[in-house]
Parts: sequence; C-alpha cells; structure tokens
Amino acid sequence: MALDEVELERVPADDADGEGPSLDTPLQNEPTRWERDAALDVVGHPHARLEGIEKVTGRAVYTHDVNLPGQLRAAVLRSPHPHARIRTIDVSRARALPGVHAVLTKDDDIDVSWYGEEVPALGETVRFVGDEVAAVAAETALIAEDALRLIDVDYEVLPHVTDMTRANDDGAPSIHDTGLGGNLAEEPARYARGDAERALASADVIVDETYTSQTALHNALEAHGTVATWNGDDLVLHESTQSVFAVRDRMARKLGLAQNRVRVIKQHMGGGFGAKQVPWKQTLLATLLARTTGRPVQLMLDREAENLAAGNRNPTRQRVRLGANRDGTLTAITLEALCTCGAYSTPGEASNIAGLYQHLYACANVTTETTRVHVNLGPAVAFRAPGYVEAAFALESAMDALAKELDIDPLELRRRNYTRTDQTQDKDWSSPEGLATCYEKLDEAFGWSGRKRAAADGPRRRGFGLAAHEWMAGSGAPPAYAMTIVNADASIDVVTGTQDIGTGTRTVLGQVAAEVFGVPLGQVAVRLGDTASGLYSPPSAGSFTVPTLAPAVKAAAENAREQLVAAAATLWQTSSDALEWHDGGVRERAGERRVIALADLVEEIAPHTIQGHGSRLANPGDRSIRPFGAQAAEVEVDTDTGEVTLVRIVSAPDCGRVLNPMTAGSQVIGGVTQGIGFALTEERVVDDALGIVLNANLEDYLVPTSADVPEIEHAMVDLPDLHANPTGAKGLGELPLIPAAAAILNAIHDATGIRFKGLPVTRRAMIDALESGTAENAS
Amino acid sequence: MKSVPVSLSVNGVEHTLALEPRQVLLDVLRDELTLRGTKQVCTMGNCGACTVHLDGRPVYSCLVLGVECEGREVTTIEGLADRPDESASAADDLHPVQQAFLDCDAYQCGYCTPGQIMSLAALVDEARDGAVDIDDAAILRATSGNLCRCGAYRNILKAGRQAVDGVSGSDGENARGTR
Repeated sequence: MALDEVELERVPADDADGEGPSLDTPLQNEPTRWERDAALDVVGHPHARLEGIEKVTGRAVYTHDVNLPGQLRAAVLRSPHPHARIRTIDVSRARALPGVHAVLTKDDDIDVSWYGEEVPALGETVRFVGDEVAAVAAETALIAEDALRLIDVDYEVLPHVTDMTRANDDGAPSIHDTGLGGNLAEEPARYARGDAERALASADVIVDETYTSQTALHNALEAHGTVATWNGDDLVLHESTQSVFAVRDRMARKLGLAQNRVRVIKQHMGGGFGAKQVPWKQTLLATLLARTTGRPVQLMLDREAENLAAGNRNPTRQRVRLGANRDGTLTAITLEALCTCGAYSTPGEASNIAGLYQHLYACANVTTETTRVHVNLGPAVAFRAPGYVEAAFALESAMDALAKELDIDPLELRRRNYTRTDQTQDKDWSSPEGLATCYEKLDEAFGWSGRKRAAADGPRRRGFGLAAHEWMAGSGAPPAYAMTIVNADASIDVVTGTQDIGTGTRTVLGQVAAEVFGVPLGQVAVRLGDTASGLYSPPSAGSFTVPTLAPAVKAAAENAREQLVAAAATLWQTSSDALEWHDGGVRERAGERRVIALADLVEEIAPHTIQGHGSRLANPGDRSIRPFGAQAAEVEVDTDTGEVTLVRIVSAPDCGRVLNPMTAGSQVIGGVTQGIGFALTEERVVDDALGIVLNANLEDYLVPTSADVPEIEHAMVDLPDLHANPTGAKGLGELPLIPAAAAILNAIHDATGIRFKGLPVTRRAMIDALESGTAENAS
Repeated sequence: MKSVPVSLSVNGVEHTLALEPRQVLLDVLRDELTLRGTKQVCTMGNCGACTVHLDGRPVYSCLVLGVECEGREVTTIEGLADRPDESASAADDLHPVQQAFLDCDAYQCGYCTPGQIMSLAALVDEARDGAVDIDDAAILRATSGNLCRCGAYRNILKAGRQAVDGVSGSDGENARGTR
C-alpha cells in the first residue's frame, strides 16, 4: 500500500505516491540501469532460496522458537463480551499460583495508549470479544494459561453492534465518540472527476449492482508474537513482523526510549500477509512484563486470539454503477462503499476500495465515496492488496455483466477502455503498455480468444472468466539503505534493514549483488531483519520490497566496485579514471591493459575491506508507477450438487522485470491460492445478536488445502519498467490475489448464468442459487 | 499437576521425562526437548504443522499426549536427514523430500514446511519400501491435512513427484537399489 497507510512516521502522511521527502545526502547514488535487453547472468534466472536448508531441516528460528535463558511465557486474558466496562479485576488468586511472575491489568497504571483512537492499552472499556483485559507471565505456557482462569473480572455489559450496515442506525450504541456522528470512524472519503450523474443519465447502457464482500482472516500460520528482553535500559525484541523498523520506532516512541536503545530482530517469519506490518499490543505487553519480571518474556498469540484481535480484511458493501455507450466505451463509473475498521483503527488498516475504480479504465466521469464505521469486532488491518481485492471482485464482476449486456467479449471490452495514463494525476503510467501486455500474455497462455466451452456433461457445466487490475503500490517506498561488504577472500555480504517475510527477499537481493560483482550467488550472503544494522528500510508490504531494496543494493554494489577500482589505482599508482570494472575485476582502459581479478585485488588490500553504500532514491515524479495484471479461470459447476471445481487458472501479472522466476512463480501460485479461498470458502462468521465470532479457528474457517487448488500457470510478462527504477522491477506479491475471485466468479456466471453478488460462493450459496435460479439472495 | 515418568525415543535418542498428563507430544518436543523444528499453529488437529512420525506413521503431535508415548519411537524434522536406514547418497544427507522442497521451491515462509515434509516423507518412505504405487492423488491425500497459508501446494505436489520418482523407478522398481 501507499505510505499513508503504513507505519512510517518519518514520511509525511500525505505523501501518497511513496516518494518521500527529497533529501540531498552524500549517501544518495543512482545505480546504472539494466536496460530492457541487458544480458544478465544471475538476475532473471531461477535460484533456490538462500535460506532453504534452514527451512527444510527445521533449523530456521522463528519468533516462536526463540528460547533465551530464563525466558518466561506469557498469556493474555481477553474480553468475552463485545462491549463492556470493567468494574473490578481481582488477580490475587492468579498472582498466588506458583510459577506466576507477573500479572498486568488496567489497575497497573501502564499509561501507554494504543490504536488510532489512543485508548489505554489496558483500559476500563473493552470493545470486542478478544480485547485485552490482562496479561500474565509465568514459568511455562501451561501455568500462564492456568493463571488466566484464576483472574476474576466483574463486567458491566454494554450494548453492542457488530453489523456494519446497522452501525449508524439511530440508537446504535456508540463505540467511540469521534465527533462525526454515529459510529463513523472518519469523514467519508470522496473523489470525483467529470460529472458521473449526467453521464449516467445519457448512457446507452447502465449496470447498477451492489456487491458485498466478507471479512477474511489472514491466518498466517505463525501467530503474532514477541520475545522481549531488557538489558538495563536497552530493549531487545524478537518479533514476528513485516517491519523491524516500524516496531522499533513505535516502541521507542511509546516508551520514551531512544531509537538506538531498541533493537528489533526478525530472521524468519511464518507469514504475515499485511497483518504484521505494524506492531500490535502483544509487543507492548511482552515488553512491560519483561520489565516487571526482569526476565525475557515470550508472548505468542494463540490461534483464536490471532483471528479475533490481530487484524482482518474488512468486509465491504459496494454499490457499483457503470454507464457505457453501445460500443462499450465507459462513460461513467461510480462507487458507494461501506466498510468497517472494527472496534479500533490501526495504522495499517486503510483499505483503498476506491483506487481501482479511479484508475483501471479510461473514463472521464468517476465518483467514489467510501464510508468507514466502527463496530464491536476486532480491528481490521491490511490484508494483501487491501481494498483492491474487494474492489476487483465488485468492479470486475460489473464489467463482466456489462460485457454480457452489450454482447462484447470481456477481454475486448477491457481493451476498448484502456488507459495509458493515471487519470487522477494526469500522468502517464511508468509502463503504459503494461496492462496491454498482460492481456496479450493471458490471451496466449490461456487461449482466451480461441476458447471453446466443453459441452455440458450431465449436470456439469464449464465456464470461463477473466478479470484485470492495477495496484496502487508496488512502485517503491524510499528511503532504504543497503551496504555491500567485500571481504578479504572476495566473499560478499549484503546488509540491509529490510526483512524476508517468506517472499524470497534474501535470495533476490543476493542475486542483485552477485550480478553487479560478476560472482556466483553462492559467494554472496545476505544479512537482514535486524535494526542493529542501522540501515533503515520500509515495511515489507505493498509489494514494494523488491523495487525499493533492489536498487539500493545495486547502488551499494556499484559503490563498492568504484572503491575497488580506486584501490587498484592505488596499487598500480595510476588514477581511477584510467581503470574500469570489467568481467569480475578491474582493468586498465589503455596502455598496458593490466587486469586484476576481484579475489586478487582484495587479497592485495587485506586486511582492509570494502564497504559499499547504497540508497534508494525518490521515485521519479513525472510518471505514475503501478503494476498491473490479468487473470483467467476455467471452472466446472455441478448443477446437481453445487460443487465448484476449478479446472485451471492463468495469471499474467506485470511486475516489471522478473528478478527470480522461481520465487516469482511461488508468489503467483500463492496469491491465486489465497484468492481461491476468498472466492469460495473463507469467511469470518459472526453471531450479531451475541457479538461473537463463531469460527476463529482453522477447523471452521476454511483456508484452501492441497486438494482445492488446480493447475496454476504463471504467464510471465517480464516487462522491465525503467521509468520505475534502474532495475526495472516493480512489486509482485499482491498482484495475483487481486483479480482471482472476480475471474472465478465470472467463470461461474459463464457456466451457470448465475451472477453472485456476495462472497464467498460456498456450496450452500451455490445450491440456494441453483434452486432459486438467481443469486440475489446468495451469500 | 502431578508428573509421571515417561520413556520414549526421539530421533534415536532415549529420554526419560517427568510429564504432566496434560502435556501433548508437541509441547514435550518443543519445551522439554527444545526440538523447535516442529511447529505449533492450531493446537487442535486442524493444520498439520506439528506432524511428526510416531513409530513410523505421521501423526499430529498436538493430538497425542506425551504419556501415550511410553516406549514409542518419535521422529521429528530434526531427525529426518540422518535416519540410520537412510541410504540416499546426497552429499548433504537430506531426505529426498527435503531435497525436493529445495529444488521445487515448495514453500515460502517455511512455517508449515516441517509438517509438510514429515507427511510426505512417510509416503515416500512407503514408496522406497516398494509398498505402494504413488500417484498425484496419493501425494495430495498425504498432504491435504497440512495447511500452507502461503499457498505453495502446487510446488509441494511437484516436490512430492520428484521425491517419489527419485526413490522408485518408473516401472515400480526401486531406482536406488535399496531393495
């Protein structure tokens, strides 16, 4: 996502383009470009993950695996009520339990606020089932859990509202007094260009439909968790996080510590998907318990808490109106969206539903309005392409309906509404042919234009569907800093402050350095995930890690090369200008044409070593940098049983230059797989009368299994975007998920004639729709 | 809670531990023996992340009580690579499934990986023994109880194929000649 939605206090909040303040510092160095036709030996080729051995042997240490001397285990007591005031808490029995070292409650005067609403971290009022009430540190996890059962809380239960469509009803209980009326979390966000209402009035065809998307739960397999240790006044945090620097900066601010007194470490992480791009309350509670006990404290959320209190993809209701001429030209697009941030707002929450409506198609008349309300449920947070996944479901379903209405091929309709510009800024896309190339690759790989529907086989019907998208982030989130260290034996360390959240960051950054130095990848080690490096990097979010860090590492490697050239000049008593980097070493441009290989050069200068510095420069301001994508699905629906079988899915994302086709391929199959869950099975279920979540576990919340996933093809676009940055790479991670649900639902419509307006399309929803012949009441 | 003595073998090493009856095998491995390669995710038998071998069969270690393991043999991800009967000649002594995971990028974050590998290794060991003929459906069945939220399933299937093909010839003969 863009920077106004992540925890980056050093960047102005209104800097939505992710350009950052433009600083002229000595560290800034622009790397050379890898032109589109550059012959690259390491970059662009498949390479297995550098940390693979650790992962397949069980030796990779995740936050849950950290085991420091004297480490205590913590557990959290959570509210059983959706809205209540705590009259009294009696912790005397819990404190008396042998093995219990500390209990924290609202009575301990913690004096730290949390969430966007700046409420007390442990306060008198709880606002959702799962809100934190007390925290315990004990010798073992079992003792900590035993202690929770010995805490006596007297609650005054308050009225609640969990249905976002009722949150602003007269008489709805007030969750926070925001001063905006009702449970509005913020002023509705409005955007307009042209005159959409007038255009609709004169349109040949209008599609006017309302879609609802469900609440989805991230369910990263490693829960949120922290190990906190105080060494005197220095705090060390092992944290399962997408941003070691966001955790460092926030904890320093919350506790009044200098940033260099807080060190945050994350070597391996069991998934995040957006929910770990900001620090959560368990970080604070572990830290406070560690201070109270004088011991390291580990606090891992259990699965239920993970699903109640550590983020979710917010539900949406989207009324979409499209106006078009008979030839398919879009004349108007409008969106009225309702969503909820849950009981509290988190820095990484904002879900940009409107962005896709404003950017994807050429259209002069566009209005969007997004209303966000509070409800008594756990806080929402970014979930892999927040807003865009939900928006693509609605907008691309509506586009499919328009194509049917006009009897125009869905791909052709999209091509007729192509835009080469960002119409909100009146700037060209950095890669104006990006989406068109996605369409071409998809057409070719899927065989869209030549598709022939298999004849119905008894009750089984086949269908095809597609969807397109752009993505608001994926450009780059400067600043970021990197170093390359050339050791005396010519081995190379890449050091940055970013983190690898499972996406392959280590490997790709290693490839970049290996390419620049002209050495095999095996000669490079990548050190990351530790604020002690001092090399600030942004969160691993918004698909911007590679486009942010790859240029920084490239610059750092080239800076080291320049220093190597200078070192050779000293050795040879000549000037650097007379020398150049060539073929993994330094050579003289003319004269004797002396050459020295990297290994020989560093041996000569040992024990001196070379440290190259690099930074990520601001994004260029003259273009709008966005990745794009298109995806198609073939499905089979059994009209007797309601079973939906996915036959195949082809994904064609434009992420600029593909630096590693192997790890990129994994991002694609992973994103599509999550999209399958969003389309067909995943849904947090809430009992609105009781205000409780009924399926905060992996038994009843259905994430896809190996049996649910068909053949997924990555139709690689690999179109270097040199307007974006000198490596030509844009982000990929979020892209394959964005259009998946729409492509699948459009294929279901093609197969059955049923247009589902709600997600997920469960077996139950399908059977109901088949029986009634309509999907109006589905989902 | 009262502890009881339990003797069990883990990765070929005998242990006698004092366990509370409520401690599950997962906790015994992670907390008592600090074998933290086995992952805890759901604690209720939904996800497969804690899969280990109990007397050679894959089990969810969160659903097995420690006290049930008296006299039994447990193999965890830490013990897979150097099995005494391992005849694989790979230089790094990885189990064929571990090697296949590297080759096929059958993971992203790696958190479900130990469980996935243990589930597949049990199947592949059957193939190695020539006990069964293993097709894609068998591989999917063997791993359908192991959730992967990064969605690496298609590459896990590929890794399963590679590992099965590596230990059994196309005609069903054992290509490594261990039989």
